[in-house]
Amino acid sequence: MAVRLFFKEKWFYLLILAFALTVPFLVPGRYFFQIIIMSCLYAMATLSMNLILGYTGQASLAHAGFFGIGAYGVGLMTKAGISFWAALPVSALLAAFIGLLIGLPTLRTRGSYFAIATLCFGVIVSIIAGSWVSLTGGYTGVVGIPKPTPIPFPVIGKLSFNSLTAQYYLVLAFLLLTLFVMHRLVFSLQGLSFMAIRNNEALADAVGINTFATKILSFVIANFFAGLSGGIYASLIGSISPSTASYMLTFNWLVYLLLGGVATLSGPIIGAFAIPVLMENLQFLEEYRLLIFGVLLIVVIIFSPRGLMGVIESVWNKSKAKNPVRKAGGEYAAEGGKPDQAI
Amino acid sequence: MLLKVENLTKQFEGLVAVSDVSFQVGAGDILAIIGPNGAGKTTVFNLISGILPPTSGKILMQDEDITCLKPYQVAQKGIARTFQTTALFDQLRVLDNLAIGYKLKTTTGFWSTIFRTRGWKEDRDKCTQKVLEVLGFIGLAEKTYSLVSTLSQEEQKRLAIGIALMSDPKIILLDEPTGGLIQEDTDSITALIRKMKKTGITVIIIEHKMRMIMDLADRIVVLNYGEKIADGPPEEVSKDAAVIKAYLGGEYIA
Ligand SMILES: Nc1ncnc2c1ncn2[C@@H]1O[C@H](COP(=O)(O)OP(=O)(O)OP(=O)(O)O)[C@@H](O)[C@H]1O
Ligand SMILES: [Mg+2]
Repeated sequence: MAVRLFFKEKWFYLLILAFALTVPFLVPGRYFFQIIIMSCLYAMATLSMNLILGYTGQASLAHAGFFGIGAYGVGLMTKAGISFWAALPVSALLAAFIGLLIGLPTLRTRGSYFAIATLCFGVIVSIIAGSWVSLTGGYTGVVGIPKPTPIPFPVIGKLSFNSLTAQYYLVLAFLLLTLFVMHRLVFSLQGLSFMAIRNNEALADAVGINTFATKILSFVIANFFAGLSGGIYASLIGSISPSTASYMLTFNWLVYLLLGGVATLSGPIIGAFAIPVLMENLQFLEEYRLLIFGVLLIVVIIFSPRGLMGVIESVWNKSKAKNPVRKAGGEYAAEGGKPDQAI
Repeated sequence: MLLKVENLTKQFEGLVAVSDVSFQVGAGDILAIIGPNGAGKTTVFNLISGILPPTSGKILMQDEDITCLKPYQVAQKGIARTFQTTALFDQLRVLDNLAIGYKLKTTTGFWSTIFRTRGWKEDRDKCTQKVLEVLGFIGLAEKTYSLVSTLSQEEQKRLAIGIALMSDPKIILLDEPTGGLIQEDTDSITALIRKMKKTGITVIIIEHKMRMIMDLADRIVVLNYGEKIADGPPEEVSKDAAVIKAYLGGEYIA
């Protein structure tokens, strides 16, 4: 049973990948294509936010701040003539490092202190971006950021990122990288340690998990990927401003996460794609859109705390109710019921 | 002596919860700590396991001073514990709960997890092996994939012990492992504790159920208002005048 389960999953992932690869041939127009590219970037950000917030249970509300650090890093460095491929990892590491500095004093404590501290830090980042005019260009921001540096290939010439198709494949590759890392982390003892802290920090501590170091690790990885997505964003969009680091963005991702499914791998991706598309299609409702999303959010939190993925899982489990493994295990079992799968 | 507690004192503002308590436990023994409500028993466990720092006194594990270690460091020294109100990872399955208890035995970090190195795979396989072994030992093999919330109270208590056993501890501290259970379930937990002793694990147990403890313990320490009022084998302690007085005329003691 377990083996077949795994087999089917592999096909499922391959199907999704095949679909993702053909997207450029299916999109109706440039505008929609842009939205999809943005969704890939936001899916990366939401996936990484999910690691610290969903899996580790530490409400980091500075995620857009770290996204912004990555974005400004790449924007400023590439404008100074540094290759995108050097500026991107450096900026992501910078975001991770600043995350470490923020995490060291704030992750020692339990409770809401961390949420408040990160919220403040997020606001501070956008204030700095707005007022350190000589570095960041103030509220006008940084404009004219070059596209990712073309990758030279020996025979065929070089791969440049001027077309939307090339840009899409670039973000898709990074999204898949993020997903891969998250998948490996979640389905390991490391991932279980994150969840142990979320679920019962005192017990995690008592069974020998260094909870402080584990929380730091989760936060640093999350911020690395936030910085990474921000860096790609800057280069593809070409201009950034303090709003790139705004807490409003953090709250958007929080909505994607809550509606898509907290502490699931597919939830953040579904949320990041479905909600912007839904928002576009509901343009005619104007301000009422936010009201509708507000109500939707409350309904989801009350009736399905695990978001849309929670609903899909429970429907899936009901249809498979005769198999107790699936029925009992939630996301774990749904993604591989073997004992070693979760470890 | 495996574990030595020397002149341990813990003061909470005005209240002295533990007052100058010393005791020792030898390898392979079952030591019981008894005493009326509020006597300071749980506080002693919290001091040993590093959850609370003592006001004064020392804790020695195999002659190594572990007084100021953090809880996760104490666990790494081979001292595992359970909690008075059953503590589990109730969002996860039985299997995951046990696996988490194995984390401290592994050395794999971020990179080996991402690349699933040989070391990571070895850890995973050893962990799986240990999970199966402990599942059998605590008798929860049929519940491997069950969510904790679907377990009975007694099964949850066994799982809590199972999590502690995952790291092959030298000593296990059990805080009222049968609290709130009916007689039949109490017996099954008692049997489990005897089985643990047979495998060579040292046990320190807090209990209120006198009949059970007189039967089970090799040695008993009695606390009253934070002070140790008796320490000795069960037969001796049950005849001790101070103990009988502390237990209101001794109707508890069989
Ligand atoms: N963290 C704390 N802060 C303040 N006082 C505490 C704390 N922990 C315990 N106490 C107090 O210390 C005393 C001893 O408590 P403890 O929990 O050790 O008793 P116990 O012997 O385990 O009792 P019981 O049999 O009810 O579990 C009690 O008066 C309790 O209120
Ligand atoms: Mg107690």
